[in-house]
Order: sequence, then C-alpha cells, then structure tokens
Amino acid sequence: MKNYQAIIIGGGSAGLSAAVTLKKNGIEDIVVLEKDCEPGGILEQCIHNGFGLQTFKEQLSGPAYAERYVKMAEEADVLIKLNTMVTKLTADRVVEYVNPEEGAVRISGDVIILAVGCYERARGAINILGSRPAGVYTAGQAQRYLNIEGYLVGKRVFILGSGDIGLIMARRMTLEGAKVLGVAEIMPYSNGLPRNIKQCLEDFDIPLYLSHTVTRTFGRDRLEKIELCEVDKDRKPIPGTEQYFDVDTLLLSIGLIPENHLADEAGIVMNGVTRGPVVDDSYMTSVPGIFACGNGLHVHDLVDFVSLQAARAAEGAAGYLKDKKDRGYIQHVNPGENVSYTVPACVHPADVRGNVEFFFRVRKPMDEAVLEIRSGDTVIRTLKKKKLMPSEMERAILTAKEIAALKDDVTISVKEVIS
Amino acid sequence: MYDIIIIGAGITGTMLARDLSAYKLKIAMIDKENDIANETTMANSAIVHTGYDPAEGTLKAKLNVAGAKKYEKICHDLGCKYKVVGAYIAACGEEEEEHLKTLEQNAIARGIPYEFLSGKEARREEEHLGDDVTMVLSFPTTAVIYPWEVAIACAEVAVNNGMDLFLNEECTAIDKDDEGFTVHTGNHDFRTKMIINAAGVHTEKVARMVSDDPGFHITPRRGEYYVLDQDAKYVKHIIFPVPSKTKGKGVLAVPTVYGNTLIGPNSDFVDDLDDNSTSEEGLDYVRKNIRKTMKDVPLYRSIRTFAGLRPTSDRHDFVVEEAKDVPGFVNAASIESPGLASAPGVSEYIIENFVKKHFDLQDNPDAVMEREAPVILSELSEEERNELIRKNPLYGKIICRCEQVSEGEIVDCIRSVCGARSVKGVKKRVRPGMGRCQGGFCEPLVLNILARELNTAPTDVVLDSLRSLILESENR
Repeated sequence: MKNYQAIIIGGGSAGLSAAVTLKKNGIEDIVVLEKDCEPGGILEQCIHNGFGLQTFKEQLSGPAYAERYVKMAEEADVLIKLNTMVTKLTADRVVEYVNPEEGAVRISGDVIILAVGCYERARGAINILGSRPAGVYTAGQAQRYLNIEGYLVGKRVFILGSGDIGLIMARRMTLEGAKVLGVAEIMPYSNGLPRNIKQCLEDFDIPLYLSHTVTRTFGRDRLEKIELCEVDKDRKPIPGTEQYFDVDTLLLSIGLIPENHLADEAGIVMNGVTRGPVVDDSYMTSVPGIFACGNGLHVHDLVDFVSLQAARAAEGAAGYLKDKKDRGYIQHVNPGENVSYTVPACVHPADVRGNVEFFFRVRKPMDEAVLEIRSGDTVIRTLKKKKLMPSEMERAILTAKEIAALKDDVTISVKEVIS
Repeated sequence: MYDIIIIGAGITGTMLARDLSAYKLKIAMIDKENDIANETTMANSAIVHTGYDPAEGTLKAKLNVAGAKKYEKICHDLGCKYKVVGAYIAACGEEEEEHLKTLEQNAIARGIPYEFLSGKEARREEEHLGDDVTMVLSFPTTAVIYPWEVAIACAEVAVNNGMDLFLNEECTAIDKDDEGFTVHTGNHDFRTKMIINAAGVHTEKVARMVSDDPGFHITPRRGEYYVLDQDAKYVKHIIFPVPSKTKGKGVLAVPTVYGNTLIGPNSDFVDDLDDNSTSEEGLDYVRKNIRKTMKDVPLYRSIRTFAGLRPTSDRHDFVVEEAKDVPGFVNAASIESPGLASAPGVSEYIIENFVKKHFDLQDNPDAVMEREAPVILSELSEEERNELIRKNPLYGKIICRCEQVSEGEIVDCIRSVCGARSVKGVKKRVRPGMGRCQGGFCEPLVLNILARELNTAPTDVVLDSLRSLILESENR
C-alpha cells in the first residue's frame, strides 16, 4: 500500500488551499483526491462575482478564484487525482478511492485532511406536502444546469429560502429570461448576505416574503403551482394565509450540510450543530492525524474564509507531522448565550502555537450586543458588537498568552443590548 | 392476436408474466406509466409478510402464505435483493398481548416460525423500541425486498422469453367479440383471447370496460412514509404495532434492503385514483403513531417523504376471479397488503384456475426463468471491482457519491432489457438519487448519461412520465 505524507480529500477551495499551504511548509509528498473531472469544486458553477475580496483584495468570479488556487497548486507541483471518488476512510488513516484509470486503490497517509465540502438540504428534509413532480430543484442543482450544462430549468420560478445560492439564482434566472415570482424565507430575517438581498432581489423588484414558507406543490408531471403560507413564531404555517403561485419551477435554498459520511464511518466525533467534525485549534479531529477544514467542517458564507481556515488546518497538519507529539490537556471552547457553535472547539494550554481565531455564529439577529469571552469566573474579554446576523460568521481571538493561562473551559457568548 | 394481455406492470402483473412466459403463449403487457412498477409497487412498505396476519379462510391468507414461501428462490433466481430482517409485533399491555395469541394461532396453523420475547428482551435487540412495549411476537423469517426491482426483473425475464411490453399505453376501452377482446389505448388496438386485469387501483375502471357489475368497488387507501438517512441506522427488525381492524397493520419502522429506514404508513381513503400526494394529516398521523411502539424517532434524519395508494375494495379480501358473464377476463383486484408477498401465490392461482381453463399449456422449451444479477460495484471485492474497471473504465467513474454508483452501472441499467427511460427509472434500478443528497449532485450527471445513451437531447430527458421534462430550454 502506497503511503503519502498527506492525503487531502477534496480538490475544491479548501483542499487546494490546504495543499498549497502544506507545500509551503515543506511537506512535499502529498496527493489531492478530487471526484470531479477538474479541480475547483463548487466554485466552478459560481460564475457570479464577489469572491476573493479578503484573499486577493479584488472581486473575482468563482472559476477565476478557483483558477488562482489551481495555478498555485500547479506551481507548487501538487499531485491532484481527478475523477477520483473516496469510498472509505478508516481511523488508521487508510483511504480507499476509485477512478477509471487505477480502479479501486488503497493508500495510507501520515495525515489526512478532510476538505469534502457540503451538500444542499433537499425537499425531503423539510416536508413540503403534495405531489412530487419534475420542476423542484435545489438551488445549486439549477445553478449547475445553467452555468455548467447550459440549460435553463424553467420559466416561472419561486424560490424557498433566502440563503445566498437562492438569492444568486433569483438574479441569474431573471437575467436569463425567467420570471422569478418571489423568494420565501421561513425566518423573520434573511439568511443571505445583505449585499445579495440588495443586488439580487431589490434591484430586480423580486419580492421577499419573510416568515413565509412553501407548504405544498401541485402538478403530476411537471410542477404547476405552489402554496405559500405565512408562519407563526414557531415556524408553523398559519391556516388562512395561503397564497398560490402558478410556477413551473421551485428552487430550494434551505441550508447546506457538511458531507460527513466518511468522517462518521471513521468514528470521528461530530458536532451536532455544525454537523461537521469537532476540531481543536490545529483543526485536528478526535482521530489523531485526521484534520478537517472548509465547508465539510462547518458551512462558511465566504470562500475566503474557507481558504484561510484550510491553510490553518494544513499548518496544523504540518505541525503534527513534525513531531506527532501529544499536545497535553485540553480546555473546551463552548458556545454560550446566543451562540450556536464555535470552531475550533478546544485548545491545548500546555502547547500554545500562537493566537487562535474562533469562528462562531449567533443564534438570532441583534442590533447591539456585547461579546463576552469567559473562562470559569474570569471574564477574559468583552467587545461591543453591532448588527449581528446568524447568516454572517463572527470571529473572536484568544491570544497565545490568554490560552496559556487558561485554568478552565472557555465560553463565548453574545449578550443582547436592548436600548 | 395475443393469447393473453396483462394490463398493469406492477408486481402482480409482472410476476404472472414471468410465470406465463414459461409456456408457449403469445403474451403482451400494457401499462399506462413510463416504467414498470410505477404506482402501488413503487410506494409500499417493501415487506415479504410471512402470512400470520390475514384472517383464516381468506384468499389473502392462502395466497400470502403460498407467495411468501416462494419469494427467496424467486429473488435468488432473478438476482434480486432478499434480506431476512425479522419482524417484531410489539404489544403494549395485556389487551394487546391477548391479540398476539390470535396471531400465534395463525402462525401455528400456517407453519410460520415465531417466538415470544418480553419487552425487555426485545429492547436488548432493538434499543429504540418503546418503553411501553410489554411483549413482542417475533417472526424471524420476515424479509424485505426492493419491490420494483423484483417487478422489473420479472418483466425482463418475460420479455426475454418473448413477451411484448408496451409502456405509456393507457387502456381506454375494451371490446368483446366471439374470438376474444380488442384492447384500445390512445395509440394502438390490441387483439387478445384473454385479459388479466392487474391494474392496481385502476382495476375497477378497467373491469367496467367489459362489465357493468365487476363485483367489487375500489377505494384507494393512501399510505404516507418518511425515509430516513442510512446513517440513522434506526432499526434492525421491522417493528409493527399490534394490527387493528380499522387501520390495518399500523405505523411501522422498516429497515430497507439498503439500510434506510421507512417510517409509515397512515391509511386514509382518497377519491382520486392518481392522488399520491403527501398530506399534513397523513404525515401527522405517522409522526404521532410511530411513538406507540418506538422512541427517539429521528425524523430529523428524513431525506424524503412519499405516498402510495393501495387498491382496497369493499370485499375486504383479494378478488381474483373471472368476471361474471365475461369468460376470459380475469380480475386480479383488491390486491392490497400483503399483495407484494402474495404476488407469486396470486400468479399461481390465476394460472391454475383460469389460464389452464382456456389454454392447453405447453412448456416453452427455450424459456429461461433466471436473470443475471446486475453489477453492483459497491458490493464487490477490490479484485472484482478492479477487473471490471480494467475492462470498462466507466465502472471506475462514480456518479452518485451517496450510494457510490458508477457510470458503468447506470449505462448498464439503461441498455438492459426493460431499461430505464427516465431519471426515476435509473434511480429505481441502480439508486443514484436515493441517498441523502436526493440527486442534488448526481441528477445533472444522470441526465447527461440518459441523453447520451438514449440518443436524445438533454431537454427531452424526463424525470418520470413522458411529460415530466426536467430542463426548459438550452441557454444560448
């Protein structure tokens, strides 16, 4: 069985960034396994602009952003196996993959980096009632049909979910000649980036129905009609608020879920909220030598953060490869009031490698709030925050010194200030 | 002129077609759908019931027991999945425990293996069995299958043995004359000496084309289900509540052949013969009633909901009989649960009692009753897989990551006899789209493969029926 220093599963934005970073850190013997026929992952179908503001300080399309990393990977001489699907991962870091040229192959890695991405929640996850005709797609599926395959899926469109892919598709389908009759969002606020609400809906006069959901589909062969209902504060449809729209297409943009099947099978401890692996400050999972990053770890709203986090995971992996030492006891970093999760979820005070940045999401929109980082009875830091939204990932830093001094678990909470 | 036309390509019709194809007969099968097994056979609990449940003296009891005994061999011969998982009938309290005794009597009389477990013993085997369950009657030989897989395989065998299969042919009228019948569809007129009406929920409608009084009245009963992600690994056995007269077998938890879990069904009469939509009341009923026997039901792991119609009639038993005053026209009607398990029994019953009356059956010496199992790459050893991929690299290109289905398997199922003609047809045969992403990633790829293999434009590829187009137009 061939052994690599590092095996990276997934050749999208996370995987490529991790590969390039490993090379920079002197790890030469690596392989990237990518299921598609070209590297770049989901970026290849995201032909709109807006990628790269953080990383490259300019507005790039998805494919252009991917191209930058593909080029860096080429220059660093990264081995990428395309059309290669990983079928199994075990806790002893053996990876099984299959591709048309080599067949089914087993390899092992001194470290594995999971950069597997996420998948879209489909209709079955939310129980829209009624018939099951053609014409109901996830937003990403319709995006692929349009931007990769070159086909428009319908003429009269309704979109459920105001996540970014749904908003982007509202604009994209309008520009391609379809009529988008509306976007429904079950929450009282949108889950998309504010800039997308403005540029994709408001600029095209597409109505956004907040606190509404699609409750039923009609049509035996192809979708003919949908039922829209207002929902109460428990997100239950309110009888009597039904509205009907004659549409041939329903796009679902109702959430992304990290693709965690491989990690699950390898026995990696998962976070029930993010549905990705639990990782420490080096992005190592509960299984030594297996690291995780990108949307397979937790769903990001900007690709720049995917690249950034993947680079940190690669640095973590490179550090592990140097000495493979046990990093000593851990202190957990837990979500507190109004915070749904934190990534990473723990640190090692006895082996501090520098400042650690934590990513987290708030549970509800807040105009004014105070971020509090606390360890036991000690308040490490408070920070005033304005305009917090669940759709926007928040960040907080613990310095190396603060981590080294930890005597207790850490809690990150956000207290709403009502003025 | 055909000897026999079978109307309806569900499990009843296809099982009969396979059996009849062993004889020198000119047979045709017509179905209004764009695929075999597209209605009741597509949407049910997928269980081969052993036959302990139907009341003594009914045709159901007789044909269920007869059918279930044959299933394992049939599935083996057809290269179909047959997974013995066992069934638990879970009683809560003394009254229900009493009822288990009736089922025990049936099991003894019908030679069905069974054993009793205490609630505690059963919970050791099934950790999510409800705490109120006091006693379990276990039927260890109960199996699950992929119903449509068996129906498709049966049709394949019949077609290989000479049967003509006509899909997208809805029977609109039937004329009777001295020599036999003319079956009219929108597209064709078929001449035949004998008709077997196995049209599921449409049997009454078809029967009324030859007879004013078919002797039964069908009211479809809708059953709705949740499908849970494979990773939920919720049950090992099929878990039934104690059956009731009014609501049938109740809400079950069923481990499917491929490791998903079905939760359902409800049982609601509906008017519309085509109404397989899911409803709030129906799914509500399922959610509430599964808790009678089960706990910690992970409905949040649901990846799909679906509904199917059972052809329930006012006769409360299978109706398998020659229509009054219409010799040569046989109804296989009211084949509700346990219709799937009974199909081999129904087929044998029809041949013995009606076909043999009209035909002097001669063996077809060229008939082959077996079907070679299709390649399922994910179930092969590494060596076997590699040998296949060396011969055909398409087996090395995985299209569906959830179910690990290769392009080679998809191409096989399109090119095979009775091959897939739609995205759903591919899904039924080799499973892309059955997994947690529900085709989010693979549907566009499957669509392209279908277009290439069927030599058609992607804009002509359908989800299911001929009118269920997936793409609107080419974009410049």
